Amino acid sequence: MKYFEMINGKGSYSKKIIFENISFKIEKGDIFTVLGPNGIGKTTLLKSILGIKSLDKGEILINGENLTNLSYKDISKVMAYVPQVHSYTFPFKVIDVVLMGRSPHINMIDTPEENDVKIAERSLKQMGIHHLKDKEYSYLSGGEIQLVFLARALTQEANILVLDEPTSHLDFGNQIRFLKTIDKLSKDNLAIIMTSHYPDHCFISSDKVAIMQNKKFIDIGTPDDVVIPENLKLAYDLDINVIKLDNGRKICVWE
Amino acid sequence: MSFEYGKYKILYLFFIITPIMLFFLSFLIGRYPVTPIEVIYTLISKFNPSYVVSDTVSSVVFNIRLPRIIGALIVGATLSVVGATFQAIFKNPLVSPDILGVSSGAGFGAAISILINGSSYLTQSLAFIFGMISVTITYSISRVYKSSGVLILVLSGMAISSFFGSLISSAKFLADPNNKLPEITFWLLGSLASINPKVLTPVLIITFIGLIILVLLRWRLNILAMGDEESQALGLDTEKLRVIFIVISTLITASAVCISGIIGWVGLIVPHMTRILTGPDNKILLPASISFGASFLLLMDDISRAIFIVEVPIGILTALIGAPLFLLLLKKGYSDWRA
Repeated sequence: MKYFEMINGKGSYSKKIIFENISFKIEKGDIFTVLGPNGIGKTTLLKSILGIKSLDKGEILINGENLTNLSYKDISKVMAYVPQVHSYTFPFKVIDVVLMGRSPHINMIDTPEENDVKIAERSLKQMGIHHLKDKEYSYLSGGEIQLVFLARALTQEANILVLDEPTSHLDFGNQIRFLKTIDKLSKDNLAIIMTSHYPDHCFISSDKVAIMQNKKFIDIGTPDDVVIPENLKLAYDLDINVIKLDNGRKICVWE
Repeated sequence: MSFEYGKYKILYLFFIITPIMLFFLSFLIGRYPVTPIEVIYTLISKFNPSYVVSDTVSSVVFNIRLPRIIGALIVGATLSVVGATFQAIFKNPLVSPDILGVSSGAGFGAAISILINGSSYLTQSLAFIFGMISVTITYSISRVYKSSGVLILVLSGMAISSFFGSLISSAKFLADPNNKLPEITFWLLGSLASINPKVLTPVLIITFIGLIILVLLRWRLNILAMGDEESQALGLDTEKLRVIFIVISTLITASAVCISGIIGWVGLIVPHMTRILTGPDNKILLPASISFGASFLLLMDDISRAIFIVEVPIGILTALIGAPLFLLLLKKGYSDWRA
């Protein structure tokens, strides 16, 4: 079974500690959401999870193997990343962007071949954006671009998807559709780690939630246990009510 | 889309045939008239001596025109392919091959040699060496500052460029205005008129190997252009890969600049002109810009030989003709580029 584990992770930028004593574990099919206020270090945590930023202390195990022993290429075969912000330099076609996901599977001196294109097109179809494949990716809307990057992550054929605030730039409808897509992916046995600014969303798609505040996870567990007024008060410094609707779903309301 | 080769067939054909045609046509241009048949016979005579037309024709073809034609092809191909490479690894479409200081370093090397009455061989050697030195300094600074990003690299490149630029100015200031100064100025404007066949062979070998490596690695440039973090998450060791690209690019640029002097504009603009025709995918763009750059510079050199009575430095022509041509293509291809 593929899984991911962080044990007592500590990360910092030039002596400023961003997070410490963070431990958690992800199983196959899990959706793990990290909540927390702006600038608390959620993105930095994700970068450490991906091995892009090394930990100062603690360790990360992927399938039992220590992350520090793995090359970028090894890691990218297991974990794929959907960034929150992206700077556009050249107007690549959507298919060419999605094909980049084949990078860990292609030798350094080779270029993508027909089979790689097939996999890329399959991911595009899975995301329902195959019709965009010849469009310039810099022309797409926020919702479409999010799906393009998700398609690229799927093309990577990794087991764990790491998404940085995937719903932040989406309109209300696209947020829900995106969460449903994530949910479907987890049913295909992918594990998902993401950050979010919407506590509500945890009730729709997550089975594990952590709240990050003051460099730590102040709580971690199921959405029902963690997304509670006390924790939300600590996270956002606001009195927030969690209300159960008639259909059983919960929502968060500021009072 | 990159895999529908049918749609691109004509374009591919164009990129293959153009430099070959220009190669043969360029032998016909110059003060001494040579017919196409004579050129073909003379070229064959290299392998079969019975085809020799005359000693004069052989001398014109092999000693005067061939080095110049090959020089133009090498320099044009190198500047363009390095321009395209750098634009991708520095994630900036405004970058040209001299961004890390190779040209100003080379210019200073050449200026020293001219000041001390060095042979043309010494001038080219010093140009090559100082071109490499300046980029090494630039790169070392970015390492000392422990910056993994490209911004520090580009900024220290700009600082080193202007530093060597000032050294060039000092050399010009000290130079005898009657003979040395014009010589330095002329070198800095770029010329393919005095290519030393002895230097051409090593340059040709370095360029050939360098171009092959760049072309083999070309697809990774697409990924590097997405930024370091995304590239790493896609499995690339960005730091290592960037060093490989920079070392190869600098080697071939320094070899090109040392035989031609500083030819501006080509390395910035040919990648863009090519991109307008092929799109930004480096899988196609890189080989295409080799062909386009080689053809473009050879054509410019032909024009400078054919049209003007006095030979115009090619560095002037590339911008004089290149700028309007670029603006023309710009209207067609880039006007709706939003990135």
